Amino acid sequence: MQKQRIVVVGNGMVGHRFLEELVAKAGADQYEITVFCEESRVAYDRVHLSSYFSHHTVEELSLVKPGFYEENNIQLLLGEAASIINPEEKIISSKTGRMVAYDKLVFATGSFPFVPPIKGYEGTDTFVYRTIDDLDAIEKCARNSKSGVVIGGGLLGLEAAGALKALGVETHVIERAPMLMAEQLDQQGGEMLTRKIKSLGVQVHSGKNTLEITDGENARKKLVFENDEALEVDFIVFSTGIRPRDRLARLSGLEIGERGGIVINDQCLTSNPDVFAVGECALWNKQVFGLVAPGYKMARIVAQQIVSGESAEFSGSDMSAKLKLLGVDVGSIGDAHSRTEGSQVYVYQNEPEQVYKKLIVSEDGKKLLGAVLVGDTSDYDNLLQLKLNNIDLPENPEGLILPNTGGESTASFGVGALPDSATICSCFDISKQQIAEAVQAGHTDLAAIKAQTGAGTGCGGCVQLVGQVLNAELLALGVEVKNNLCDHFEYSRQELFHIIQVEKIHTFDELLAKHGTGHGCEVCKPVVGSILSSCWNEYILEQDHAKLHDTNDIFLGNMQKDGTYSVIPRMPGGEVTPDGLAAVASVAKEYSLYTKVTGAQRIGLFGAHKSDLPEIWRQLIEAGFETGQAYAKALRMAKTCVGSTWCRYGVADSVGMGVELEHRYKGFRMPHKMKIGVSGCTRECAEAQSKDIGIIATDKGWNLYVAGNGGMRPRHGDLLASDLDKKALMQTIDRFLMFYIRTADKLQRTSVWMESLEGGVDYVRDVVMNDSLGLSASMDKEMQNLIDSYQCEWKSTLDREAQLKRFNHFINSGQQDENVQFVSARDQHRPATAAERIAIIAVEA
Amino acid sequence: MKWTTICELTDIFPGTGVCALHKGEHVALFRPLADEIVYAVSNMDPFSDVSAMSRGLIGETSGDKSGDFYVASPLLKQRFLLTSGKCLDDADASLKTFKVRVHDSKVQLS
Ligand code: SRM
Ligand SMILES: Cc1cc2nc3c(=O)[nH]c(=O)nc-3n(C[C@H](O)[C@H](O)[C@H](O)COP(=O)(O)OP(=O)(O)OC[C@H]3O[C@@H](n4cnc5c(N)ncnc54)[C@H](O)[C@@H]3O)c2cc1C
Ligand code: SF4
Ligand code: FES
Repeated sequence: MQKQRIVVVGNGMVGHRFLEELVAKAGADQYEITVFCEESRVAYDRVHLSSYFSHHTVEELSLVKPGFYEENNIQLLLGEAASIINPEEKIISSKTGRMVAYDKLVFATGSFPFVPPIKGYEGTDTFVYRTIDDLDAIEKCARNSKSGVVIGGGLLGLEAAGALKALGVETHVIERAPMLMAEQLDQQGGEMLTRKIKSLGVQVHSGKNTLEITDGENARKKLVFENDEALEVDFIVFSTGIRPRDRLARLSGLEIGERGGIVINDQCLTSNPDVFAVGECALWNKQVFGLVAPGYKMARIVAQQIVSGESAEFSGSDMSAKLKLLGVDVGSIGDAHSRTEGSQVYVYQNEPEQVYKKLIVSEDGKKLLGAVLVGDTSDYDNLLQLKLNNIDLPENPEGLILPNTGGESTASFGVGALPDSATICSCFDISKQQIAEAVQAGHTDLAAIKAQTGAGTGCGGCVQLVGQVLNAELLALGVEVKNNLCDHFEYSRQELFHIIQVEKIHTFDELLAKHGTGHGCEVCKPVVGSILSSCWNEYILEQDHAKLHDTNDIFLGNMQKDGTYSVIPRMPGGEVTPDGLAAVASVAKEYSLYTKVTGAQRIGLFGAHKSDLPEIWRQLIEAGFETGQAYAKALRMAKTCVGSTWCRYGVADSVGMGVELEHRYKGFRMPHKMKIGVSGCTRECAEAQSKDIGIIATDKGWNLYVAGNGGMRPRHGDLLASDLDKKALMQTIDRFLMFYIRTADKLQRTSVWMESLEGGVDYVRDVVMNDSLGLSASMDKEMQNLIDSYQCEWKSTLDREAQLKRFNHFINSGQQDENVQFVSARDQHRPATAAERIAIIAVEA
Repeated sequence: MKWTTICELTDIFPGTGVCALHKGEHVALFRPLADEIVYAVSNMDPFSDVSAMSRGLIGETSGDKSGDFYVASPLLKQRFLLTSGKCLDDADASLKTFKVRVHDSKVQLS
C-alpha cells in the first residue's frame, strides 16, 4: 500500500513542532513527508530571537535535534518556498519547478511583520524584526550608526528596542497610542512601564503619529510627526504588528478571514477537507494567535487526527504572558482591560519602587478574570493558575497582590491548591497530574521531568512551577532529597567537610574507616582530597593523599590530549619582569614547549613530558616563579588592568591590589576553581564582574562583586558591598571564601552555589557582613591558618626524592614515552594525531 | 614461567599505579591498597590512544568491599576492571591484561 503523503508548508516553530508530534505519535516510516522551508535554515526559536545578539550562534537557537530530518526520512527543502497549489490534483509546486503530490497538506506559514505605508518607508536603513537574517542586517547597520528608532511600542517593539540598546546605539521608541503595550496592559500599567523604560535611557515618544520619512540632516533618517515635530535617527525598525501569511492559501481558493488569516474550524481544518492550517497563519474563531503556545496546541491536534483518524478539538488558548522587557518584569493575564461586564478591580500602586499590580475579578468577587503586573511578576504563576483553573478566590482577593508586610498571613496559595487537571506547561499541555505521574515513575529531578514530559522545554515560562510540583510530589511520596556523594559515603560534601573539621580528620583512610564503607572511588576520593586541603592545607601529594587526586592534581599539571602536561607559572596580577620572561623563554626552548598567552593573563607552556616536569619547574623556581596551579581547584589568578599607576582614568592601584590578593589566597583547595578580577575604574577592563571575586575601584574605595562566572554559563557577579576600604575588603573576601568552602557542593563554582542559596546575595551579605550566623570569628581564624600554611607545591615536590621517581614515564626505564610525537604548526608544534604518528617500539634498556 | 622483576613493591604508593616497560609494551601496574596485591593491564587508553592508564584513579564498584577494583582513565574517565580489563562504560572496549606477582617484595611480570 502506498504510504500517506504529507506536505508541510513552512518550517517555523509550529511547522517543526507538528513534525515532532507526528513522528512521536506514529513513527515516520508510516508517511512520506515533505517540508517546504522558505528560510535558508531549519526551524529555530523565534521566541528567544533576541538572544542571538549575545551568542550569535544559529545552533543555539535551533529547535531541531541533530539528525532529526535524516533519521526520520523527512524530505526537507531548504530555501525553497512553495508557490502554487493545485487543490484538485493535490499537487504543490515551488519556483524551482519541483512538484510534490500530497494526501494531506498542512499550512504553517506563520506571519509577516506589517509595515504601514508611511511615505518613505521603503528606503535603506529600514528593517523589520522577525528572522535571523533581519537581525544580522540590523546588527550590521547598528555598527556604523549612532541612533536608531523602533516604530511601534508593543511587546515585540520593546523587545527590539532592548536589542538596539544592547547594540549600543541611542534608542528611541515611537508609539501612536498614548501608552506602551496597549494590547496587554491597562493605562496605568502602561504608564508605569513607560516611566521605567525611560529611566533606563530609552527615549519613549508616545502619542506620536509618523507621517513621513525623509533624509535627515544630522542623521541619516528623519521622521516627521504631526505639528511639524520631527526626530532624526540613523536607522528604523518597524514593529507595527503582524499579518498572517495567507497569500498562497488565498490563491489556492481557501477561505480567508476578512482581515486576513486562513480560516480554520475546531479541527484546524481549512475550507478544504485535506488541508490544515496551524500557528500564526491560522484564523480560529475570528482570532489569530500571536503566541507560540496556541500554535503548538494546534500542531498536536492535527498530528493526533492524522495518526488516529479520530477528531480532536482546538478550543482556544490563553493569551496571558509574562515577559522581561528591557529588564522590566511585565505580566498580563486574561481580561487585562476589564472588559467583562460587571467586573471589579483591585489596584496596588507603589511609585517609589515602581510597582503596579491590578486584579480584575468577577461581579460576585469569586473568580479571577485577569491581572496586570508591572515591575514585579512574582505573583504571576499563582494568579495564572487561579484564572486557568477557575479556582475560588480567597475572601480578600487584594491579599494576592499586596506586599507581605509580616504578621498577618497573606492570601497566597501553594501548588497543593491546584487541581490535578491544572495545566502547568501550556506549551506542551502538561497537567499537574502528568508531572506527578512522571515523578512516581522515578523521574525525580527537574532534568528528568523535562526529558520525560517535555514540560518546561518550550518557552520556559513554567519551569519554576514545574519545580514546585516536583518538590511537592517528592514530599508527598516521602522521598528524602538526598545528596550523597557516592556509594562509599552517605554524606554530602558539606556534611563531610563538617565531619573532617570537627573531628580533625587528616587522611582519607581515617575518614573512610569512621564514616564510610569500602575503598572509595573516583568520585569521593578527589572530593575528600580537596576538603582535606581546604581544612589543613598539607602537602597535597603526601603518600596518604597521592591516591586521592585526579588527572591534573596528581602530577601538578593539566594533562593534554596526548598525555603530556602544561606548565603555567604564577604571574600575580599578570605582572612579569623581562628577566622572568627570559627565564620562561629559556625553559620553553630547552624543552621544546609550545608557548601561548593564556586567557588568564599569564604564559602557558604546553606539551611537556611528565618526566621533564621536575627539571622544568626547578629552573622556573630558581628564576623566582611559583606554581600557578592552573591544574588545581584553587585560586587561579587575579586578572588586573593597569589602573591608576598608568591609566588616565584609574582611581586606584588595581594591579597592586590584584597582586596582593593573589598572594593572599593562593595555594589551598576550594570546591572548584576560583578567579579574581580587579579593575581600576568603572570601565572595567579587567572584566571583574565575570569573576568569582570582582573588585572595581571607586573614588571612595572598592566595590566588591561576587559569584560572577565566565565559561559555560556566563553570569555577572552580584554587588556584595560598595566603597570598602582595603581592610574591610579583605575581611569580607576572607569570610566569603570560607563560607563558600564550608557550604558549597562538590565542583560547584561560586555562581552556581550562590544561585542555590535561598536569599542569594542578600543572605550571603547577612552572613559575611552582619555575622547573622555568628561564624565570623571562626572563619577569620580558619582563613588565617590557610594563608599562613602556604607552600609552593612544586617546590615541595622537588624537595622529596620519593616523589621525583613518580614522574618518570617508566618505573623500570629512563626512556620517555615514544608515543608522544609532534608535528610543526605555525612556527611551533602540536601533538601528532594517531594517524600522523610514526611507529616506534621502545625496548628495555 | 620466567618472571622479570620490574620494581620494588614500595615504588608504588598504595592506591596508585605506575607504568612499566615490558617486552616493548607499556604496562600499567596498580596497587589498590597497602598490601601485596598488584594488577597489570595495558597502559594504553584505547579511547585516546595515549599511554596514560597508570595515572588514573582507582575505584571500587560497590560500597561494601565486595566490589571489584577499576581504574578510571585520566583522559575521558571511562572505567576498566583491573582483573579482566573489561570496560564498564563501553562493552566493545577493553584493556589487555598481564600476568603479575609480588615476590620477595618485588613486583614481577612474566
Ligand atoms: C590554557 C587555558 C586556555 C588558553 O589557552 O588560554 C585553559 C585551558 C583549560 N581550561 Fe579553561 N583555560 C584557560 C582559561 C579559562 C578562562 C578565562 C579566564 O580565566 O579568564 C575561562 C572562563 C572564566 C571562568 O572560569 O569563569 C575558562 C573556563 C573553563 C571551564 C568552564 C568553567 C565554568 O565555570 O563554566 C573549564 C571546565 C571546568 O573547569 O570544569 C575549563 C577547563 C580547562 C581545562 C583545564 C580542561 C581540561 O581539564 O583539560 C583546559 C586545560 C588545558 C591545558 O592543557 O592546560 N576552563 N578557562 C586558559 C588557562 C588560564 C590560566 O592561565 O590558568
Ligand atoms: C522577536 C520575537 C519575539 C517573540 N516572543 C514571543 C514570546 O515571548 N512568546 C510567544 O509565545 N511568542 C513570541 N513570539 C511569537 C512566536 O515566535 C510565533 O508565535 C511563532 O514563531 C509562530 O510560529 P509559526 O510556525 O506559526 O510561524 P513562524 O515561526 O513564523 O514560521 C513560519 C515559517 O514559514 C515560512 N514560510 C512562509 N511561507 C512559506 C512558503 N510559501 N513556503 C515555504 N515556507 C514558507 C516562513 O519563512 C517561516 O520560516 C515572538 C516573535 C518574535 C519575532
Ligand atoms: S575552551 Fe575548551 S578547548 Fe579551549 S582551552 Fe578551554 S577547555 Fe580547552
Ligand atoms: S509553558 Fe512554555 S515551556 Fe512550559
